[in-house]
Amino acid sequence: MLETIWFLLWGVLWAVYFALDGFDLGMGMLKPFLARNEFEKRVIYNAAGPFWDGNEVWLIAAGGVTFAAFPLAYAAMFSGLYTALMLLLFALIIRGVSFEFRSKIDSPGWKAFWDGCQTVGSFLPALLLGVAFANIFKGLPLDQNQIMHGGVIDLLNPYGLAGGVLFVLLFLVHGALWLTIKAEGDLRERAAATAAKLWPVLAVVIVLFLAYTFVATKLFDNYFLYPALFLILVLPVGGLVLTRVFLAARKFWLAWGASAVLIIGTTLFGVVGLFPALLPSSLNPAWSLTATDAGIKASSSPLTLAIMLGVALVFVPIVLGYQFWVYKTFSFPVTQEDLEY
Amino acid sequence: MDALMLSRLQFAAATMFHFIFVPLTLGLSVLIAGMETAYVRTGKEIYLRMAKFWGKLFLINFVLGVVTGITLEFQFGTNWSRYSAYVGDIFGSLLAIEATAAFFLESTFIGVWVFGWKRLSPKAHAIVAWLVAGAGNLSAIWILIANGFMQNPLGYAIRNGRAELTDFLAVVGNPFAWQQFAHTILGAFCVAGFFVMGLSAWHLVRKSHEEFFGASLRLGAGVALVASILVAAQGHFHGNEVARIQPAKLAAMEAHWNTQANAPMYLLQIPGENGENALEALPVPSLLSILAYNDPNAVVKGLNDFPAADRPPVTITFLAFRAMVGIGTLMPLIALFAWFKRRDLGKYPWFLKLLPWTIPLPYLGMQAGWVVAEVGRQPWIVYGLMRTSDAVSPVSGGQVGFTLVAIVALYTLLGAAGFFLAGRTVVQGPDAAH
Ligand code: HDD
Ligand code: HEM
Ligand code: HEM
Repeated sequence: MLETIWFLLWGVLWAVYFALDGFDLGMGMLKPFLARNEFEKRVIYNAAGPFWDGNEVWLIAAGGVTFAAFPLAYAAMFSGLYTALMLLLFALIIRGVSFEFRSKIDSPGWKAFWDGCQTVGSFLPALLLGVAFANIFKGLPLDQNQIMHGGVIDLLNPYGLAGGVLFVLLFLVHGALWLTIKAEGDLRERAAATAAKLWPVLAVVIVLFLAYTFVATKLFDNYFLYPALFLILVLPVGGLVLTRVFLAARKFWLAWGASAVLIIGTTLFGVVGLFPALLPSSLNPAWSLTATDAGIKASSSPLTLAIMLGVALVFVPIVLGYQFWVYKTFSFPVTQEDLEY
Repeated sequence: MDALMLSRLQFAAATMFHFIFVPLTLGLSVLIAGMETAYVRTGKEIYLRMAKFWGKLFLINFVLGVVTGITLEFQFGTNWSRYSAYVGDIFGSLLAIEATAAFFLESTFIGVWVFGWKRLSPKAHAIVAWLVAGAGNLSAIWILIANGFMQNPLGYAIRNGRAELTDFLAVVGNPFAWQQFAHTILGAFCVAGFFVMGLSAWHLVRKSHEEFFGASLRLGAGVALVASILVAAQGHFHGNEVARIQPAKLAAMEAHWNTQANAPMYLLQIPGENGENALEALPVPSLLSILAYNDPNAVVKGLNDFPAADRPPVTITFLAFRAMVGIGTLMPLIALFAWFKRRDLGKYPWFLKLLPWTIPLPYLGMQAGWVVAEVGRQPWIVYGLMRTSDAVSPVSGGQVGFTLVAIVALYTLLGAAGFFLAGRTVVQGPDAAH
């Protein structure tokens, strides 16, 4: 029971991370295309300014919870995906620093350098996380000693790449929608138009990805076993449709919220399909790392899981509470006076 | 080189780099919160200007602390996966608690701190500053409890081929971890104190912003004085704890080879690695026994009575310990002079010119201290429980070597950029636009 709860919490943490950091990664990728002048560039940096660091901690928490609740899965995943994770890390590092350093010196070369870091540092995480999760959905070549075979090139298989494209698109739309909230005038209009243009592409990719998932993975097995689970699809499908509806109605906050639901729903759809495996083995199902006894059990002891559950039940609502307050406090469009970065 | 050696180098490089920024974050955040509180209390503009000026330097330092911290969180899995699998039940939960209880708070409210100057009342802003400072220090507690488990494992049982948690309170109450916490925080206040003092002196020598930097220097000197006396005093008790819990480390810290009562300490000593020292001169009788056990007659176990496979590297541990203690003796003297002459330091221009050069001292003390703690713990990754050589991930040396080079190169560039920006900010002084 505790294992199952933690499996779901694990999925929820990743989902919240994607939904929150997704928009600032998306804006980082869009900036070179959307910003026409220095002021607009700064608006984009400052639109992420009060939030990006707090968002990134959801990644640290998701990683930490993998470590705490499923140490074997953390060990196999992080050592097995060594090169991909190091790339992700370098990308996050240069991105984080670019926020703080860029505006400190008024030289075009200096700014262009950090702009480049921001773009690369936003694109790579989106792509790599998508590739990593698609590969997990598909199953990784894990042997009976939880050692992963094959290198980073093997991750770049067609299904893995499809996952990467999906994540990049989800985040692009999410980022454009955030800009419709935080920017004004021309930039806002351009952001809204971009979201509207990207939406059909995203819709097509989602449908194709679902079909590909049906062919390439065992993710649907749980769903056919318990058809009621198909109800989860309400989240991504509803989110996708409402994103477009609210965007057309220029209800930008709701459109962004719907896009968040879409991202959370997509992640949960995958995670529920995985259950009980955290890392399915493509070599032999018995070698999958699972939350329960179905494969190699990766969970922590019941005592650790119970204590961690207590910690999560106390702190996660508190975190959500103050982060909500921060979003509310800084929900206004960025103006000249608000530029700190 | 093999993956083990490269992973050790990589971990050492990444943590030591992280720990260049961490101490200033811990100490300066509290000083800034104090400045904002003073502004709220007195309404004097100078405190607000102080908070903003030192805050700019704080932020440059902070972001480098954040990005280098993520590396460490990943590295337990990427480079030490066998370790992670073996003690994850305990160690992983401490890291997860750190993230949920402290990092969220710190990272969320640092955003509010930066963007909140115009949106929050001075009082609310000061509260946010205290939240950031408190959260940083809270994160230090949890990470040091995690490290304390590696130094002095408690509250576990070996089951299912791994260390499983049996007593959470024993893990959290680990006395060794709390010693480490006290020592590290006090060290961090030394860093912040000398930092503020040294940079203020740089301006005072140039007679720029004298009121502003005079006030800053007095604050820095007070903090540096109290913290540097306490860190040395508490360090003594910390040493007693090491003697009790990790006798091999203590012996390596003093390059002490032969078990004896009334063990002396040599003022001049060149350590060796194989059974004896290259040089021992100027003995102070019984001093080592007193320092380790508060008793001149106590027997201090020497390295020769530990199996060779259980001995830490002696020279590094010894030199790092001497460096730390040397710095720990020097710093209170400097701080004492600065504090007593704080009202008329203008009469001692040589001293004002010296102060900026003392900024690196506590930084070196912090680094040396961690080398003592971590190298002295070898060959164990978890003392007495798991060897470092059994902990490394099944990854290839090539992968680790490549990322080691990449990390060092990237960090060097970022560090240089940060140093350059901080230098500019200092030179521009408190009233620059950005
Ligand atoms: C005594 C204090 C201390 C020590 C020994 C360490 N850290 Fe640290 N860490 C901090 C004190 C700190 C801090 C002061 O709280 C930082 C610095 C800047 C910041 O944002 O928080 C931080 C940042 C920081 C972050 C970024 C958090 C964020 O995004 O806000 C991570 C992931 C880690 N650390 C992880 C680690 C790990 C895995 C360590 C062990 C090897 C470690 N730190 C040693
Ligand atoms: C931030 C301050 C710290 C510094 C400067 C530091 C420094 C070092 C150094 C120099 C080594 C290399 C020792 C060797 O291999 O000879 C090392 C190893 C290590 N330390 Fe630390 N350390 C710090 C904090 C921590 C903390 C808080 C933890 C755990 C919570 C930790 C866990 C480890 C691990 C896992 C290794 C690798 C295995 C090993 O070589 O023993 N360190 N550290
Ligand atoms: C005379 C003064 C000092 C004494 C007697 C002393 C004693 C010690 C001892 C015994 C350790 C090893 C603990 C372990 O193995 O884990 C240690 C570690 C350490 N020292 Fe010191 N120390 C002194 C001064 C300083 C100063 C001035 C600083 C920095 C400003 C400093 C920073 C550290 C740090 C960061 C560690 C590693 C963390 C820890 O284990 O607490 N120390 N110190």
